[in-house]
Amino acid sequence: MIEFRSVTKRFPDGTVAVDNFSLVLPSRRTTVLVGTSGSGKTTLLRMINRMVDPTSGTVEIDGADIGTLEPVKLRRSIGYVMQNSGLLPHRKVIDNVATVPMLRGLNRKKARADALRLLDTVGLDRSLADKYPSQLSGGQQQRVGVARGLAVDPNILLMDEPFGAVDPIVRAELQQELLRLQRELDKTVVFVTHDIDEAFLLGDQVVILRTGGKIAQVGTPAEILANPADEFVSSFIGAERGKRSLHFENHGQGDVLVDGDGRLAGVLVDAPAAQAKAAQAKAGPVSGPGASAQGVEAR
Amino acid sequence: MTWVWSNLDFIWDRTLDHLLLSVPPIILSFLIAVPLGWLAHRYRVSRGIILTVVGLFYAVPSLPLFILLPFIVGTSVRSPLNLIIALTLYGVALLARVVADGLESVDREVRQSATAVGFSARSQFWQVELPLAGPVLLAGLRVVAVSTVSLATVGAVIGAQSLGSLFTDGFQRGIQAEIVAGIVATVALALLLDGILVLLGRMIMPWTRPHAAGARRVAVLQRVAV
Repeated sequence: MIEFRSVTKRFPDGTVAVDNFSLVLPSRRTTVLVGTSGSGKTTLLRMINRMVDPTSGTVEIDGADIGTLEPVKLRRSIGYVMQNSGLLPHRKVIDNVATVPMLRGLNRKKARADALRLLDTVGLDRSLADKYPSQLSGGQQQRVGVARGLAVDPNILLMDEPFGAVDPIVRAELQQELLRLQRELDKTVVFVTHDIDEAFLLGDQVVILRTGGKIAQVGTPAEILANPADEFVSSFIGAERGKRSLHFENHGQGDVLVDGDGRLAGVLVDAPAAQAKAAQAKAGPVSGPGASAQGVEAR
Repeated sequence: MTWVWSNLDFIWDRTLDHLLLSVPPIILSFLIAVPLGWLAHRYRVSRGIILTVVGLFYAVPSLPLFILLPFIVGTSVRSPLNLIIALTLYGVALLARVVADGLESVDREVRQSATAVGFSARSQFWQVELPLAGPVLLAGLRVVAVSTVSLATVGAVIGAQSLGSLFTDGFQRGIQAEIVAGIVATVALALLLDGILVLLGRMIMPWTRPHAAGARRVAVLQRVAV
């Protein structure tokens, strides 16, 4: 569990990036910090591995104030994945993945063997191990970044807009991959993004931030969608523009779903079994005959 | 040409002398410039001071420097050590700035990510910043190597045997072939050292090899094929 206790960050130039921020990030869940630039989301993320130290307040991991921990040691115990992968361009893929275990003193041979297995975990072919990062596509680099983040088998994985720089198709692929990994690995993931759809897809808990690191709303995606706290949240999630309120229209070829702008949003289908189960787990106990019927009720 | 054929031994010996005079300054100036450049890069205040002062060395004319050095360092007037020290100073003058700029050129994101995954300041310098500054350092080192080889010829004037002795001797005795041989040998030696540095660079920094670009194209093609 990660806990922010009345954390404020004022930079030397006077900007207040985060103002009296308190939040509990539950273990083994994905918490997504979402906001526009200037909302302090990256600053918050970097406070967890002491890349940034708060001006006042404390950050705790499992009850221990991390202000008392040695930053370098702390960072080596936390996975970090960033935009543009942040890989070391002068090291081969395999050595990039093995970097942190070797910093922790693991011998090269063992670290490389572990790294090969991690390439499997993130869905990369082992033949890429001896390539340099520049020889990989953006999506592949991002996967290597994730593998590196997982290399010390950390409890906590920090992800700073990790899929922000790849094209939409690859991004969707990586998002699904992260959901799969999270089902298998059960890490405490803190994910920063400015994309609300990404936040709703990946987050168990979504934190919507306004400028200056103030919380606009915290909740599950369903809670936020159903009850936006205020106009800021509505507008941020697109509810105000009608993007989230769908209705049926019949265009002669059967019913289609249309959003408030009149844009075709899709069609209603029975939920696939796996997703329905996940949705039930997220939404808590449900009453009603079944998942497929639930979708219709939701309208 | 006949002069060259009958004096190959002499030319070869002077070439070796020349190597002994120019290789140590190249290595020494690199070893000294790295910490200086690091200081200049690390602390804003020291940057201006260090780089300006060190850069000024280069403005000192070489002949007066050769005459002054024995008094400052306490070497004998005709010692080849004077030349080695002077050439090292010139090398440092060029390289300190190159090192600072090279360290500066390391991508900020890479540096931040290295910090984020847990590199300590020291390991980050040795394992990330210095290697990534490598291509810039190599470019600077190549300039220093070539200029040191050419400057070392001046040693002949103060009695340090080098390929420069072929000029002085050739002038005094009016042997044109000897002067030309000196010039050609100096240029060849400079090219040789330059080539060795390029090869060393490729060995130490395999990620800078041009094949990376080609392989990227292959990777893209593979992705398209998939």
